[in-house]
Amino acid sequence: MPLLSINDLCVSIDETEILHHINLDIEPNQIHVLMGPNGACKSTLGNAIMGSPAYTITQGSMLLNGQELRNLPPDSRAKLGLFLSFQNPVEVPGISLSNFIRSAFEQRTGEHIRLWTFRKQLKALLGILDMDESYLDRDLNVGFSGGEKKKAEILQLLALNPSLAILDETDSGLDVDAVRTVSSGLAKYMETGSHSALIITHSTRILESLHVDKVHILAGGRLVHEGDASLIDEINATGFERFTA
Amino acid sequence: MTEKTYVDDINRSLYDFRYDEDGYYKVDEGLTPEIVLQISAEKNDPEWMRDFRLHSLECYRHLQVPDWGPDISGLNMDEIVTYVRPKTGISAKWSDVPDEIKDTFERLGIPQAERESLAGVGAQYDSELVYHNVREEVAAQGVIYTDLESALHGPYADMIREHFMHLVPVTDHKFAALHGAVWSGGSFVYVPKNVRVEIPLQSYFRLNAPGAGQFEHTLIILDEGADLHFIEGCSAPKYNVANLHAGCVELYVGRHAKLRYSTIENWSKNMYNLNTKRALVEEGGTMEWVSGSFGSHVSYLYPTTILRGENAHMTYTGITFAGADQNLDTGMKVIHATKNTSSIINAKSISKSGGISTYRSAVVIQPNAAGSRSTANCESLMLDDRSQSDTIPVMDIRTSDADVGHEAKIGRISDEAVFYLMSRGLSEEEARTMVVSGFAESVSKELPLEYAVEMNNLIRLEMKGSIG
Repeated sequence: MPLLSINDLCVSIDETEILHHINLDIEPNQIHVLMGPNGACKSTLGNAIMGSPAYTITQGSMLLNGQELRNLPPDSRAKLGLFLSFQNPVEVPGISLSNFIRSAFEQRTGEHIRLWTFRKQLKALLGILDMDESYLDRDLNVGFSGGEKKKAEILQLLALNPSLAILDETDSGLDVDAVRTVSSGLAKYMETGSHSALIITHSTRILESLHVDKVHILAGGRLVHEGDASLIDEINATGFERFTA
Repeated sequence: MTEKTYVDDINRSLYDFRYDEDGYYKVDEGLTPEIVLQISAEKNDPEWMRDFRLHSLECYRHLQVPDWGPDISGLNMDEIVTYVRPKTGISAKWSDVPDEIKDTFERLGIPQAERESLAGVGAQYDSELVYHNVREEVAAQGVIYTDLESALHGPYADMIREHFMHLVPVTDHKFAALHGAVWSGGSFVYVPKNVRVEIPLQSYFRLNAPGAGQFEHTLIILDEGADLHFIEGCSAPKYNVANLHAGCVELYVGRHAKLRYSTIENWSKNMYNLNTKRALVEEGGTMEWVSGSFGSHVSYLYPTTILRGENAHMTYTGITFAGADQNLDTGMKVIHATKNTSSIINAKSISKSGGISTYRSAVVIQPNAAGSRSTANCESLMLDDRSQSDTIPVMDIRTSDADVGHEAKIGRISDEAVFYLMSRGLSEEEARTMVVSGFAESVSKELPLEYAVEMNNLIRLEMKGSIG
């Protein structure tokens, strides 16, 4: 059984359909890449799977481990093992990064975890992401640079340990070093359990240290093509024109 | 931990009313000199205090009910005596206490005996032992920390007479006059020159004396160079059938002294909270207010600071949470009365379920207050479209040599923020509560840990069931 199975999914915003008849299966322990030109609604797909209230599902189904997600609120989807790394993580003043992750962890697992035990675990993860411990006490995303926000997203990914991670342009706007750090964080995630990822990107640097199983091309709200990792090189060489014509 | 003791029998004579032969309660036509004299006699007032009460009553009769703020017509001023001397036994049974109050006690984890006391139905809750230990500890430093009534007969009687209702004159407003006539209970603290009190002191009336906390008077005097943190209040809603609170707080901060006065108030939702708080700060002194206002039906609350000495400084950090059927009019007032004084104001408000939260402030810079500075920052969070949030800042600047700023911001919780938090596994209610707790953090971080925890619990309670 696929981990995620999307069948004939149509998504609307303000009564205008923007994603048309999407079919997508992701097996356990696989990395899928979603690419496409600007305005292809790549982020929309990620957000719709997570349950963003901005979008309406008008048709089709989304199954995670065989369970229908369509009518579940985002927190229930999270508890089933779904995670979305946001393109623009929201700033929440007055809540520290560590307290936030701990609350989320406790809500997802239903377990109570001691403050210092959890902090120690977070500290180990900070090392992988080349982040200073002081981030833990800063307000969630407040005053974080673009790169810091993305690293904080990956920190949450590693701490919350979901079975499927959707990464919405986690590499955009990052410098070379930050992309490498984020990429090694992702590699760490993939090797620590039965994990899958759907990486939404329009660059390919983030994929360098990862084994990509499948590449999907989204254009004009439709999945127009899919292939193996070699498709990435092709796109790097010739762009998306062949798929959008 | 020491076990708490209970007083077997309560002297209820203070609240007893005359019953006619049929056992029916006779309604008194109003607050009379006889009633005030009776209160004075029961409290064994010195002569000057008795006269003071009578004078206050006279002022009370001539003053008008304020007409510029939230509606208080629900208070029956013709039968004010029923607020002053509530009928005993009217809620003497635990089963008569409203479920909402009981539920709150339950959620806040307050022990049953303490709950009964707070609800005014139990035996008097005896915190004398705990209080006594703290008093002994600070007494070694020469600090006087006692209830105001007994202090009136001790060596500090003259000091009290010189300060009592001098900062808040009874002519100030109708409820100050009422307070002067019928005040009962409260704390007296005197910190001598250059003494730093390391532990925060807490208001003595918190759990003592039935009906206390209604017209209580707090008088704190800090001598030169003294340092004190005083905490008033309690997260548990005080339930009282006599739903008027008209307390008075007077704070005297000496030269280079520093006083922090922290309050968490959570009155039951039927309460008219008409409280008056005022501080006088001498040269180089610092007054810090930390204030959390929850509960009550209507509140008028504006802690006032008079910066009388050069380089005197004030900070005000406050938060108000108005829910359904609540109209909370809170804020502050600062008077820069001399050169180089400064004030910093951080006020926050939250309104929800149709609640009205108004921030009302006055910053006065007098002509002789050259070189003074004041900055104010007001932030409101409205949790739905039915709620209301107003800001009414008054600035009265009488010198050109002053630096005054005011910033105001009104916000909502964005759908995007809720989605982000929910995507991590928090329910909608938890997500919203988290944003509100974060909003209140600038106030809770100023409180001692146990009070910060209480305030967070209160926010959780207020947010409970807020998702329709």
